[in-house]
Amino acid sequence: MAKPIISVRGISKQYRLGAAKSQDTLRDQLTHWAKNIGKEQPDANDSFWALREVSFDVQPGEVIGVIGRNGAGKSTLLKVLSQITEPTEGEIYLRGRLASLLEVGTGFHQELTGRENIFLNGVILGMTQAEVRAKFDEIVEFAEVGKFLDTPVKRYSSGMYVRLAFAVAAHLEPEILVVDEVLAVGDAAFQNKCLGKMQDVAKNRGRTVLFVSHNMAAVQALCGRIIHMGAGRVLGDGNPDTQIAAYLGEIKKPRTDTAVPLGKIVECRQLEFMPNPIVSGQPLEFTLELGAKQRTQLIDCAILIYSVYGQRVAILDLRKPTGQFTIAPDQPFRCTGRIKNFPLVEGDYRVGLFMHCSEYYSDYHDLASLTVSAATKEGELAPYAAHFRGLVELECEVTF
Amino acid sequence: MTAPEPHVNELADYERVIRPKKGLVAVDFDELWRYRELFWFLAWRDILVRYKQAVLGVAWAVLKPFLTMVVFTIVFGKLAGFSEKKGMNFETYAVLTLAGLLPWQFFANAMAESSNSLVGSSNMISKIYFPRLIIPASAVISGAVDFAIGLVILFGVMLWAGVNWQLHLLLLPVFFLVAFAAAFAIGLWLSALNVRYRDVKYIVPFIVQMGLYASPVAFPSSLVREKFGDEVFFLFSLNPMVGVIDGFRWGVLGGAFEPYWPGFWVSIAVIAALLVSGALYFRRAEKTFADVI
Repeated sequence: MAKPIISVRGISKQYRLGAAKSQDTLRDQLTHWAKNIGKEQPDANDSFWALREVSFDVQPGEVIGVIGRNGAGKSTLLKVLSQITEPTEGEIYLRGRLASLLEVGTGFHQELTGRENIFLNGVILGMTQAEVRAKFDEIVEFAEVGKFLDTPVKRYSSGMYVRLAFAVAAHLEPEILVVDEVLAVGDAAFQNKCLGKMQDVAKNRGRTVLFVSHNMAAVQALCGRIIHMGAGRVLGDGNPDTQIAAYLGEIKKPRTDTAVPLGKIVECRQLEFMPNPIVSGQPLEFTLELGAKQRTQLIDCAILIYSVYGQRVAILDLRKPTGQFTIAPDQPFRCTGRIKNFPLVEGDYRVGLFMHCSEYYSDYHDLASLTVSAATKEGELAPYAAHFRGLVELECEVTF
Repeated sequence: MTAPEPHVNELADYERVIRPKKGLVAVDFDELWRYRELFWFLAWRDILVRYKQAVLGVAWAVLKPFLTMVVFTIVFGKLAGFSEKKGMNFETYAVLTLAGLLPWQFFANAMAESSNSLVGSSNMISKIYFPRLIIPASAVISGAVDFAIGLVILFGVMLWAGVNWQLHLLLLPVFFLVAFAAAFAIGLWLSALNVRYRDVKYIVPFIVQMGLYASPVAFPSSLVREKFGDEVFFLFSLNPMVGVIDGFRWGVLGGAFEPYWPGFWVSIAVIAALLVSGALYFRRAEKTFADVI
């Protein structure tokens, strides 16, 4: 076998929490030093391991999907691989140029035109100016923004903006491409185009791709191998079908940890459905509780319901018409709700949250799962199998 | 760490190892050289944005040093009587003031931009790898355009004042580089500290405000030496801008304005020390930038 293009050997990454936080002003740090002159440094008390002894090899040309719950360490792994953050222990050997795409449009500037941003973003992502110039027409064509090339991107629609940003990234030609959940943006047609481009990069040009996604359909379509992560470790590595099945089994189990962090400040303490499993068409109740490590405003919040393969099916909008909520360590956000006739076809659904607080916003995946079981129909005809019936059960009366 | 741009079929030759770095980390000049295009692009972006956003962009770059020169010349030259004390006419004093203001304003802007540059680029830092040193360095460069505009005004004022044009003028680029080094050195320290400690941003306006009076901007530094003697002048020269401004003024006015060289070298030594220590501190701190920013 050829030499692996990536060798990850026992990588661990530790983050310090409390110890560093208490001295985040220079003033506090100076007083801390003054008080502790001559004393031994106390051990960092509050730390956690985002990655723990992760090892794997990647052969040139492999396309690998990385899956796992929130907080499993996927994004940290990509950040360590792209050298954005340093591992605490372990070594990685890279035998090729690596480009990472952890976000589309990094370094885009609102005031600059599309043309200027293509050059800027291309160089930021690691292309040379000459490479960008050579691919310029291709990028413009892929992004479908020809007419607006000399318009500042602040006047672009969000769709145009994302298309342009992805187009630049899609024309990177490193030996190794590392991609984080960037396909979750844009409309369906554009997503398909992006998937096609990734497939082209991987299959026809023999690039090595590492790809994090919650969209199991995309992972299954693109990847020949899957690494399944949980709690900072590799839980499984190999055949896509086996790993996806294992992951879907894992997310059906209720989470054992009590609070799931949603970014640095907010945490999800409870997200539950009653009853679960629910019979299709019956009323469903839900409870959500969010806590916060420091006082912040909850600007938007929505429960997101996904199919098993990561297709968004519905959202529950939890904005309050009269304004925002304040959450603080002693003041959680709590709400309950009731859906009259839960209309989804039987099967397993994955539940996430969109959370927007004063400091940041993001989608958070796989915080809970929901199993819908078949309704017993009082009818003459047996229903079609679930996979023929789409995702939504419509009530209708037919006249012949 | 070998060939900069390997081809697929030469994969075996190229190997990069990522592992935790312990202790002091030297500056990787090879890598900086490979990323030179990014450096220029970031500087180009800053300049483009600066002059695009404000219609007054260029006008402001003209008015700011010019109006400050007028005010300082009247207050220090006339009211405080410095120009009489040095036996200079009003016009020459105006040139003297502007020759101090240009490097000072470049330094103050560049240092402030540089100190805030990392925090302002937090998005890039948490999403993309590149040598982080590029950010504070390109922020310093973007102040150079204002400086160039200021030079044009300076030459205009020199014509108006009837100052003799000296060969010393050819030394201005050298002193500009020294000012660049001073702004970059302090920018290295403050930008890295700024990521870690939230109160550092309050230090920058303070340095700018105090520095204006602690540097010989509106008066010739020879006044300090005549009044307090050589020992105090050495202390004064610990402020790196003393050397920069004296050198610059000598380049413009020549002759009588030759710097007091021992003091000048003190300033240069301070800049060199700040630059080396700043680079080492920066390299040590950059490991955690993405985690704490």
